Amino acid sequence: MLRWILGGREAQSSVEKSPVLCIGEEQPKNWFTELQVLKGHFDIVRFLVQIDDFRCASAGDDGLVLVWNIETGERLQELRGHSQQITAITTFTCNDGLTSHTSLITASSDRSLSLWDPDTGNRVQTISDLQSSVKCLLVLERLCVWVSGGEELCVWNKDFQLQCHRQNHSDTGITALIELPKNCVAAAMDKEIMIYRLTVSHDSSVSVAELRCLSDHQDQIRALININDGLFASGSHAGELILWDAIDWNILAYEHILWEESQTSAQAEIRLGAPKPSEMSIQHLTTNGKLILAAVGSGLYVYSILTKSVLAYRKVAHDSNVLHTMLLSDSELMSCSEDGSVRMWEIQDLPLPAEPASPGFFGMWTFGRSNKQAGPPSKKIMEVPNIRMLELTGDLIGHSGAVQMFVSFQENGLVTCSTDQLLILWKNGERQSHLRSLALFKKLEENGGL
Amino acid sequence: MIGSPDVVAFTKEDEYGQTSPDPWALPEEFSIPLHPLADSNPWAKTSYAKFTKDFILISEFSEQVGPQPLLTIPDDPKVCGTFDLNYFSLRIMSVDYQASFVGHPPGSGYPRLSFVEDSRVVLGDSKEGAFAYVHHLTLYDLEARGFVRPFCMAYVSADERKIMLQFQELSLRFSQASECLKAGNRRAFAKELQRKLRDLEYTHSVLQREEGLQREAGPQCMYSAHAVEKANELANVEKSIYEHRDLLRQISSYHCRPRRDPHAVTCQKCMTECLSECEALLDKYAKLANPFSYTDKGGKGEEGQVNVEGGEEEVEEDVKRRPSYTPQLIKAKSAKCFDKRLKTLQELCDQTFYGATVELLKETERSFRGDLCYLHTRRLDKTLRRRQRVTNFLFEEDLGDDDEDEGGTLRPFCAVNHAVDNYTLLNPPPIVLGPEPLELDSLEPPDPLDPASETSHTQESELGLGESHLESSPSDQTLETQESSEETKGSFSSDKSGMGPAQKHESLASVRSEPPDPDSDLTLDPDHNADLERESSSEETTAGEDEGDQTPVSLLEVVSELEASREDDCERGSDGACEMESDLLVPIDTACCMAQEGFLYEASAPEADLHLGQSSHHQPSHTLVVNQEPQALLPLQDDYTVGSPCSESPAAGLELPVGLLGDAVSHTSVEDGSDCTMSASTGSDRAASPLGYGGVVTLRQRKKAGQGALRFVRQYPFAIQALWCLLSGRTLVVLGADEGRVRRLVAALALFVPGPGKCGERVQAWLSCPFTLTDLQRWKLVGLQRVASPVGSSMLYSLSRYSRYISILDADQKTLRCPPYRGQLLANVADHRTYIRRGSTYFLHVQSTLCRMAAKAFLFTFTHHLHLPVSSAEGPEVVEGRRRCFLQEQLGLGEEDSQILLYLSQLVTQQYLQPATGGSAAAAPCFSFNYTTSVLYKI
Repeated sequence: MLRWILGGREAQSSVEKSPVLCIGEEQPKNWFTELQVLKGHFDIVRFLVQIDDFRCASAGDDGLVLVWNIETGERLQELRGHSQQITAITTFTCNDGLTSHTSLITASSDRSLSLWDPDTGNRVQTISDLQSSVKCLLVLERLCVWVSGGEELCVWNKDFQLQCHRQNHSDTGITALIELPKNCVAAAMDKEIMIYRLTVSHDSSVSVAELRCLSDHQDQIRALININDGLFASGSHAGELILWDAIDWNILAYEHILWEESQTSAQAEIRLGAPKPSEMSIQHLTTNGKLILAAVGSGLYVYSILTKSVLAYRKVAHDSNVLHTMLLSDSELMSCSEDGSVRMWEIQDLPLPAEPASPGFFGMWTFGRSNKQAGPPSKKIMEVPNIRMLELTGDLIGHSGAVQMFVSFQENGLVTCSTDQLLILWKNGERQSHLRSLALFKKLEENGGL
Repeated sequence: MIGSPDVVAFTKEDEYGQTSPDPWALPEEFSIPLHPLADSNPWAKTSYAKFTKDFILISEFSEQVGPQPLLTIPDDPKVCGTFDLNYFSLRIMSVDYQASFVGHPPGSGYPRLSFVEDSRVVLGDSKEGAFAYVHHLTLYDLEARGFVRPFCMAYVSADERKIMLQFQELSLRFSQASECLKAGNRRAFAKELQRKLRDLEYTHSVLQREEGLQREAGPQCMYSAHAVEKANELANVEKSIYEHRDLLRQISSYHCRPRRDPHAVTCQKCMTECLSECEALLDKYAKLANPFSYTDKGGKGEEGQVNVEGGEEEVEEDVKRRPSYTPQLIKAKSAKCFDKRLKTLQELCDQTFYGATVELLKETERSFRGDLCYLHTRRLDKTLRRRQRVTNFLFEEDLGDDDEDEGGTLRPFCAVNHAVDNYTLLNPPPIVLGPEPLELDSLEPPDPLDPASETSHTQESELGLGESHLESSPSDQTLETQESSEETKGSFSSDKSGMGPAQKHESLASVRSEPPDPDSDLTLDPDHNADLERESSSEETTAGEDEGDQTPVSLLEVVSELEASREDDCERGSDGACEMESDLLVPIDTACCMAQEGFLYEASAPEADLHLGQSSHHQPSHTLVVNQEPQALLPLQDDYTVGSPCSESPAAGLELPVGLLGDAVSHTSVEDGSDCTMSASTGSDRAASPLGYGGVVTLRQRKKAGQGALRFVRQYPFAIQALWCLLSGRTLVVLGADEGRVRRLVAALALFVPGPGKCGERVQAWLSCPFTLTDLQRWKLVGLQRVASPVGSSMLYSLSRYSRYISILDADQKTLRCPPYRGQLLANVADHRTYIRRGSTYFLHVQSTLCRMAAKAFLFTFTHHLHLPVSSAEGPEVVEGRRRCFLQEQLGLGEEDSQILLYLSQLVTQQYLQPATGGSAAAAPCFSFNYTTSVLYKI
């Protein structure tokens, strides 16, 4: 019924039978009508990074980094060197005036860091025997340095020379790093966010100073992102979403996403059992500067930065945890999940825009969802008059394991990677057919006829 | 008794296509058919003749026994039935149009070899109902009268028109065969001459020595009768040597002679090699002045000068190592003509060449099987397909490579290295019986200009190293020459190959081309030689594919199509056999236009079994799926069939001309029977032809599949949707618990898979594990096992998961889940009320429809403005509109039908682009799909 209200096409009975959202086979808005399976990995593929307009690199638990041409689906390079799983990968662009050259930095559980040239497949630099494995990487192009985070925070220059490092107090180590204005870096460590400042002295040596520790989260921080020059956001395992001022590090907004309303439906809660923390864990955050998209459990949550309010949400967007999300535009978004599917959503107005959503109307499905917030600055979503809804416009089914991540190359296609050791390149069939026709007539001309 | 055979005038329609009308002939409308019953059925013509089908006859005019048949191809006594080969040989050999001239021409003292062009003639024997294209040729034999042996090869058929219309082609093929035989014969002849010369020289030397001894003994007995006789004998031998040397010269000048025969094209390479070898021989034996020249040790002699002991050691080594040829004394008087044994054809020609010729003739016989109409249609079909190379991969089976020369090109057929590109590596076997074939020096004649060798010889002879020399050297010679003669026989037992000579010999016989000459040992290092060995062995393996050709092709029966359909219904196990030849005789089915009495050739069961054995030998995995027909069904068949398919006598199948009526009756009964057995057979566990994996899908298999497809179309009302799925590129999964049924369905539906691949790679007949996305990318038609275990549930899960990419045909519940199809394009191939009753007819019907689709796809793909803007001002929408307009209005295709064309076009594009993109390793194929709702069709 919920889905019927929200514009779903499924019959009511099937909705009640299974909570699985199913769009069916007719997907006019889904233009991914061609796929190519890219094989090469031997274990879970966890990371994808875009190198340039037509290349991307994939890395996974097999320690391999593969460079793909996404136009043809060819495997361009195979970067072998790590003996254990890759824990972080990032691109590193060197701009020496005229030309810019993109390299890849990888970190692995074998406690080594490597710099690769994706054009040649060479391992340009490598550092092994680190004290601990690196969990995240951050490139500060402005300073021409990069930062690795793990149990310690290290700053490196572009020649892989250690500039300085700082030991952490926390056991868990740094799980996420972002760059802040004024040469600052925010690092997520367990429940805290540490702010560091990098200072470059005259002899171009870099030093790191700890400025502030933000400990407003109740639970482990899962996601940390930059929104724009003045804002950054963090999400925790307990469903807290905090908007921070990037300059003076104050809380601008606090949203506690709780799907179950404990007060009103206590009985229901008993029946269902307590909500598992993972159901409200913020797995992933993305933003386009105006909206924040949070992957909360198996649901999606769109938060408007302008109004500091929830714009749209969907408690059950996937059958399982959402692992990665992306905002394609102000109204389109995409998510992938452990259930092996990628789903595309559109933020739409409610079907009855003239009729404001009445509490009674919502009361029908209190059991279905709840949005009472426990945190002090939160508001009741149902009271927000301009709430909109997320409509499923299409899904991509192909992987047989959890889809870990995806990278979009706009009209050139989409690459997804998964625990089933495969990458799938999704393309626009029409566009591809057009490209093939072009190639055909080009070849025809070259051959001078059939 | 030897009546003049009625020579059929070879008339050819003149270039303007108008034959001059016979002024006395009645107008056609007034003419009364002579044999109305027979004329109404052109296929019944075979009934006049006493043989079942066409064959090739090789006969010779033996100087001892007169004309006699030597060989028929196919080499099976049943082929000619009661037809009297001896009588027919007599007839065809009694006409020799070859202007042969044998004997001493007025001007020369030596016997002349006659160089005779082949003659070609068409003969008929109306009483026997046999017509023949007869190709006369002569081969050289040193022992024969006039050194020539007349032979002829005849293509015997009951259909005169067939021979007349195929005259050019027959002439071409037989000329090739004849050239091949003659080339081998020249080699053998030269070899024989060489041997003879050596014998003569030896005799000469012996005689000379005796004479010398006599002379030493005293002048008083100089003029004794004995001495005179000896002298005469010596003179005779000398004369004989001169004669034979002249013959050698003549045979080597063979190539210089201008050929009048337009078809007589020989392999240039062979010619030049043969020529040079002959010349070398000629040089060698040119100098009889030195009667001891046969003892010439060549290079070793020179070596001997340098280091006599070393040379001797080598000689000893040679003696130990190799047996060799012993020259024999030649009796003064030759044996009587009738005492000697004449050489067989096989001996007359080199074994390799003989084998190659027989192969060539076998191929000829195969390619001319079937009636004229069939041949004509097949030729048309091939021409057409050759033109459509770009789209052929979609629905047509693979064209063989050997089709190239069928268009009548005069490509020389070369027994030794024909059709082999690495021309230079392969040398023909040497005809040289040189004392030391392993050393080039010894091959070369002692250079008369070389003072060293010359002097050494003269010294040797003059100094009269005398008796010791005479005694020792023949023995060396003997061993060496024996060795070399054995080598030249063709068994190259190279030291490097582990093969025994016998084995090697066998393999040589089975391979058309011959491995390289060990002569090259001299110039090539052992490694290289090993390469050569490998070369030859690789050739053997490739030639292994042709092994079907090698086996004596068993008899083809003439069976009626109704029997074939019986076979289909019973799903004969033998159809699993991977047929080697795609053009087995299943000629054009004329059921649509004619009554069903046509006699069609079907490969007989023994042959199929034979191939089955072979294929199982080649692909061991194959046998797992081939099930044999239970014998219990056979008696039932006999009730319907005229000739029992399994009785090994094709003669029984021959006596087919049952009345029209009877045939029609039996036919209908069979149709009924087939309808009855349909359900029974679907329930059976036997597998249909296993498509995919291993064998190339042959035409015959496809025709079998036609029967299955027809049954599917008639049985399932939603067949049209299933076919549409396949043709529009949506993977069809045939789900069922019964493997036999699923395999049969898959085999039938595989006909409709566009671009199935050479070996049906896009079809998976039976899969019993859950499939993945990569499988979908690879296969377009999958037979899936339905199991009721946990595996089954995961399988069903994968089915439902990928349901948007696939259509599911449930063979057990008889349902189909797929997108709806409302188009018209497939209506005529998937009409379940079709009047087509036979599988092969339906197959051809489908083929023609598919061919038309492929042509449309070709047009669509290569029409520029349908895909790309004509001017820069045009946007993609304009092009899109134009494309839609083309599909809908010009081709009249609806939305769903357009999808078929788009898919075919996509395949054509990919195929065309493939060489460009397929170079690098990992580019996986694309898999296109669309998002449409599926509906469930029930029966």
